[in-house]
Amino acid sequence: MDFNDSPEEASFRTQAKAWIAANRPAEGWQNRTGRDTDAIKVSKDWQKKKYDAGWACIHWPKEFGGRGATPIERVIWSQEEGELGQLGGVFIIGQGMCAPTIMAHGSEAAKARHVPKIASGEEIWCQLFSEPGSGSDLAGLRTRAEKQGDEWVINGQKIWTSGAHYADYGILITRTDPTVAKHKGLTMFYLDMRSPGVTIKPIKQVSGRSDFNEVYFADVRIPDSQRLGAVGDGWKVSLTTLMNERLAVGGGFPTNFEEMFEMIKVLEGENGPAIEDQSVREKMADWYIRSAGLRNTSYRMISALSRGQAPGPEASISKLVLGVNRLNMASTMLDIQDTYGVISQKDLAVNGGQFHEIFFRAVAHRIEGGTDEILRNIIAERVLGLPGDIRVDKDLPFNKIPTGAN
Amino acid sequence: MNFEFSDDQKLLKEQARGFLSSKCTPKDVRRILDGNEPYHPELWKGVAEMGWLGASIPEEYGGLGLGYLELCVIAEELGRAVAPIPFSSTVYLFAEAVLVGGSEEQKQKYLPKVAEGAIIGALALSEGAGAVTPKTIKTSAAGGKLTGVKLPVTDGDVADYAVVAARTGAGNDEGSISLFIVDMKAAGVKAETVETVDPTRSHAKVSFDGAAAEPLGAAGQGWAILDKVFDRAAVLYAFEQVGGSQAALEMARDYAMGRYAFGRPIASFQAIKHKLADMYVATELARSNSYYGAWALSTDAPELAIAAATARVSATEAYHECSKENIQVHGGMGFTWEFDCHLHYRRSKVLSLVLGSLPRWKDRLISRLEERNAA
Repeated sequence: MDFNDSPEEASFRTQAKAWIAANRPAEGWQNRTGRDTDAIKVSKDWQKKKYDAGWACIHWPKEFGGRGATPIERVIWSQEEGELGQLGGVFIIGQGMCAPTIMAHGSEAAKARHVPKIASGEEIWCQLFSEPGSGSDLAGLRTRAEKQGDEWVINGQKIWTSGAHYADYGILITRTDPTVAKHKGLTMFYLDMRSPGVTIKPIKQVSGRSDFNEVYFADVRIPDSQRLGAVGDGWKVSLTTLMNERLAVGGGFPTNFEEMFEMIKVLEGENGPAIEDQSVREKMADWYIRSAGLRNTSYRMISALSRGQAPGPEASISKLVLGVNRLNMASTMLDIQDTYGVISQKDLAVNGGQFHEIFFRAVAHRIEGGTDEILRNIIAERVLGLPGDIRVDKDLPFNKIPTGAN
Repeated sequence: MNFEFSDDQKLLKEQARGFLSSKCTPKDVRRILDGNEPYHPELWKGVAEMGWLGASIPEEYGGLGLGYLELCVIAEELGRAVAPIPFSSTVYLFAEAVLVGGSEEQKQKYLPKVAEGAIIGALALSEGAGAVTPKTIKTSAAGGKLTGVKLPVTDGDVADYAVVAARTGAGNDEGSISLFIVDMKAAGVKAETVETVDPTRSHAKVSFDGAAAEPLGAAGQGWAILDKVFDRAAVLYAFEQVGGSQAALEMARDYAMGRYAFGRPIASFQAIKHKLADMYVATELARSNSYYGAWALSTDAPELAIAAATARVSATEAYHECSKENIQVHGGMGFTWEFDCHLHYRRSKVLSLVLGSLPRWKDRLISRLEERNAA
């Protein structure tokens, strides 16, 4: 056990460090990590600069703009890029989920046309999967695609589409045959988000922010050349996308332990600083062991990658632990403030309202990209080898499956 | 970065598992649980022959000098097998106390005997209910003689030598406590076995009545030495706890797969799946935190103080979760004497108490984070 780089790793790190130092964006970029047009431009500029120098999507093959980097080099790059990595947030879905799907299932033309532009940040992509009637049960989706000549006509609605309002393209899963079992009648496409008939409505979340959208399709036409995989193979294609998703979402949030720790040292409780309260100390200890546990688990994953092994099942626990931990932590941080904790107004709130934001953001964290419950099923079935649930709808034709009021 | 055990260490782990799966079966554990023997003598002898007692003891003191990572690997397997032997008292506590606080002469005298399995060691600290602090220690030492009562002392009834914390100063501060090595078979020492939650690990009430005591470390340094010993032992105990957690998780999984209710294996119900997933998560976090503790221990890193407390808290919680939920998954059979679930439930509780309770270690963890951030 040691935390040192191998000579090759050290040389890669030096190279990455030097390039970042020479090319990093001007100070002030930190205030530009939102999703407005100006902020996206800052992100795009940094991405393009990386791409031109061969530092974008480094684990991809060279033909798509990467450098064929090893998994451990990717980890080193992300450590060196550090907080600048936040600028890549708008590209995560395109680079992390859509591009791998296109690379695996797209035509040669589609790969050549889009994948390098996803790497360079010139194209932002979104993922049109969930629907009002199918969340965890994704294969229950109802958006229809009907073949008319060389085109498909799309009608239906998607929901929870992150970034649809600024995305250029999206990958879309549809139902092409409702008379066969639900997993068998699906087909995947990609489309230009500015196609006629596409309507995008942002969803206002409990946090007041709008990170997600509803997307409506009214007679939207997609050429057959933009199909990903065979007709009826949409479920298989979607698994490529989803396998990449949970890692991306889980790794995207900090544990915030250090901020919390600083705060409880200064906040006064009834009998002195909150940190002297035994019940607070016990909760802090529980959060610390989880936050350290995730960090140390990531070290194990990196080691596996470094030895050329596939990351272990440890990968599946990150989001499950982080989501509920952040929620409980934020709630307690408000409790410690007593009545004052109700104030979320930024200029008055403790810590600028950071914990109020987490309090509302974390409820989404536990649901997006696989709910806590779905993640437990995944651990139970894929890691521990327990049998799958009995599925009453598995062999029924899709159009004979019962539906409820919600 | 390499945050994994080496191939040699993994091989050692496999050997340890192979050895224990034949020499430390549930039947062997039950022999100690149900009988009158304080520990399993054949297993103890076998473990000594394997060299495990001296795995981390330097070669100059008769050990194998392998290192702490190797000892961690062995500890995990002993925990998994719920081994009914005085390993932790002898190796994690007694030998470490001698290594940390002992003179060269003391190391030469005691450590080779530990390594060859010739002596059993113990640490005598607690004197009653509640957290042990310098204030609660009434046992006193004067003129090389020790007087007082220690209760409970893990393996106090079978130990040949014990490290004993005793009062040498008047105050209630840490400087009033010193450590001594006592020959447990000598005059003035009386050990009586007491009943505990886990009969597979022996505990005693030990009375000292003018027993001859040899100082370990300088006068007034007792608490400082104990602090170091506890950090080291916390990591080693954490590996036993991780091994136990993993075993309890596997027991629960295997039972759930084979038990049918409502026409299907109970493992196919989400209520059971989610429980097992939570056990898995707790075990993996504890494992990762214990690995970090192992790294800090083996490199004597400044991070050890925090890493040890993190491993301890995490592994204690994981073993508690896994051992109690294993019983729950087994349903009614889970709380019978006949099924093995209680072996882990008992061991989990003993391991969570012998080095100081969970709330105490949580508090210790936060104090250390405070110290780190203040530095």
